[in-house]
This record gives sequence, C-alpha cells and structure tokens, in this order.
Amino acid sequence: MSGRFNAALLLAVAALLGACSEKPQGAGTARHDTPPWQGPAAGQAADAGWRAGDQAAWQEALRTRAQRGQNEYTRSTSQP
Amino acid sequence: MARMKFICDSERCIECNGCVTACKAEHDVPWGVNRRRVVTLNDGVPGEKSISVACMHCSDAPCMAVCPVDCFYRTDEGVVLHDKDVCIGCGYCSYACPFGAPQFPSNGTFGLRGKMDKCTFCAGGPEDNGSAAEFEKYGRNRLAEGKLPACAEMCSTKALIGGDGDVVADIFRTRVINRGKGSEVWGWGTAYGKPVGGTNGGAAPKAGKS
Repeated sequence: MSGRFNAALLLAVAALLGACSEKPQGAGTARHDTPPWQGPAAGQAADAGWRAGDQAAWQEALRTRAQRGQNEYTRSTSQP
Repeated sequence: MARMKFICDSERCIECNGCVTACKAEHDVPWGVNRRRVVTLNDGVPGEKSISVACMHCSDAPCMAVCPVDCFYRTDEGVVLHDKDVCIGCGYCSYACPFGAPQFPSNGTFGLRGKMDKCTFCAGGPEDNGSAAEFEKYGRNRLAEGKLPACAEMCSTKALIGGDGDVVADIFRTRVINRGKGSEVWGWGTAYGKPVGGTNGGAAPKAGKS
C-alpha cells in the first residue's frame, strides 16, 4: 500500500515539476529578412540581366556589375 | 558567393566626400547622421592618405556581440543589419565598434538619442524589400534591385570598391600588381608598423579627421 502511495506521489511530483520547465526568453528579433535575390517589391524595376527569384543570376549580375563598374583594367590595358 | 565587402584604396581616395554625399542622398539619412565618412591620416602632411569608412560588416561583429536586445542579424550575403523595432538606442554598439559605424540621430528637443542607424550595404532591413517602411527606417534596398552600394558606385576615382569579396579582392589585386605598389599603403604594416630586426620598429601614423 505504501509502495503504491509512494509511486503515485512520485508521479504527481514529476507532473507538477514538469510544468516548471524553462521557457524561451528570446527578445523576438526579426530573422525574416527577405533575401535580396528575391527582387524588389512589385512594380519596382530590377536591374536588367537577372530575374527576381533567381539567386544564381542575381549573384552573376552583381559580379558583372562590380567588374564592369569598378575595374578599369577590364576595359583598358594601357593604364598605368 | 563570398561575403559582401568594402575596401578603400587609399592611393586613389582624393577626400572628395562623394561617397558621403551619395549615401546621404540615396537613403535620406537624417541630419547629424553620417553612415559613411572620410578619414585622413597625417592630415596636412605631404603624403597624407584618406580612406572612406563605414560599417565594415565584420565577420565576427562586436556590435552584434554586445547588443543587449540582440537586434542585429547577418544575411546570407554577410551583411550585418539591425532591426530598428527591437533597438533600444542604448549605444553599446557604438562603444564596441572600432570603426565608429553606429550613429544616433538627435531628433528631440533635448537631443534625445534615437534608434541606432548605420550603413546597411544598401540592403535595407527586415521589412519587405523596397517597401515604404523599409525605406523610411533603413533607406533604399539597392541589393534587391541588383545594384551595388551607392557610395562605391558613385566614387569618382573608384577608390572605394564594394561588392562580392572575391571580386573586390580581385580588382584591388589587379591594381596593386599593375602599379607595383599599394598593399603596403594601408594594411597591417601601416597600422602596427613593420618589424625591424624582430622588434616592432614603426609607430602607427597619427590619425586626424577632416
């Protein structure tokens, strides 16, 4: 009888303490930023050369833009 | 794709502040806030060098580490951004940042310190790409339009290079090889001195803002 009572008591204590588990205390920081390769909002124009949603094309477009716009040596080899 | 990075070629920077102006105009940056600025080393001394400085989007960003409300996040492209809805404007990030990137607008009667503002690599914030809310808080999202940061694209001498880290490194390497110098102008040796006979023989140059 005493054994049964002890077992029931143990189960009750376990159930009670189970409710005391740690709750997540994050600040709820936004981590839902839309990737840039998804493109701008509807109605806004994206730079030519890639289609919104195409990650590989976006990356290639940016690489090409950087080389074309910032590297003169690809345009002329005679510069000092 | 590698991480997005900036580098400023001090051999080319002419301290025109075009990058500063481009940034302010592109994002409607409020009065008193400079997301980017030009710093001159050895100002007034022949051979002075200037570099354009903003958030460097650190791989292990100290601002991110010290923020008590964890408002920072890093995009897949390696851009360090923050959520102004979470920021409490405490200024810890400002103390932690070695580049002075975090800025705080004084927009109240008593100079109330507002939410932190910094360079976004023209990637906006957590709001929808290109939305009015995003523009109001963080400025224009040029990356989502397939464009590079306005400061780098507007740089007249192409001293400031921005974009995919691999491409940026490639462009800078090409310049250094072609002109036969450059890597020594701004780097480890400039900042900490070159070792002479096993000791640190050189002192860091004096820095002066202009």
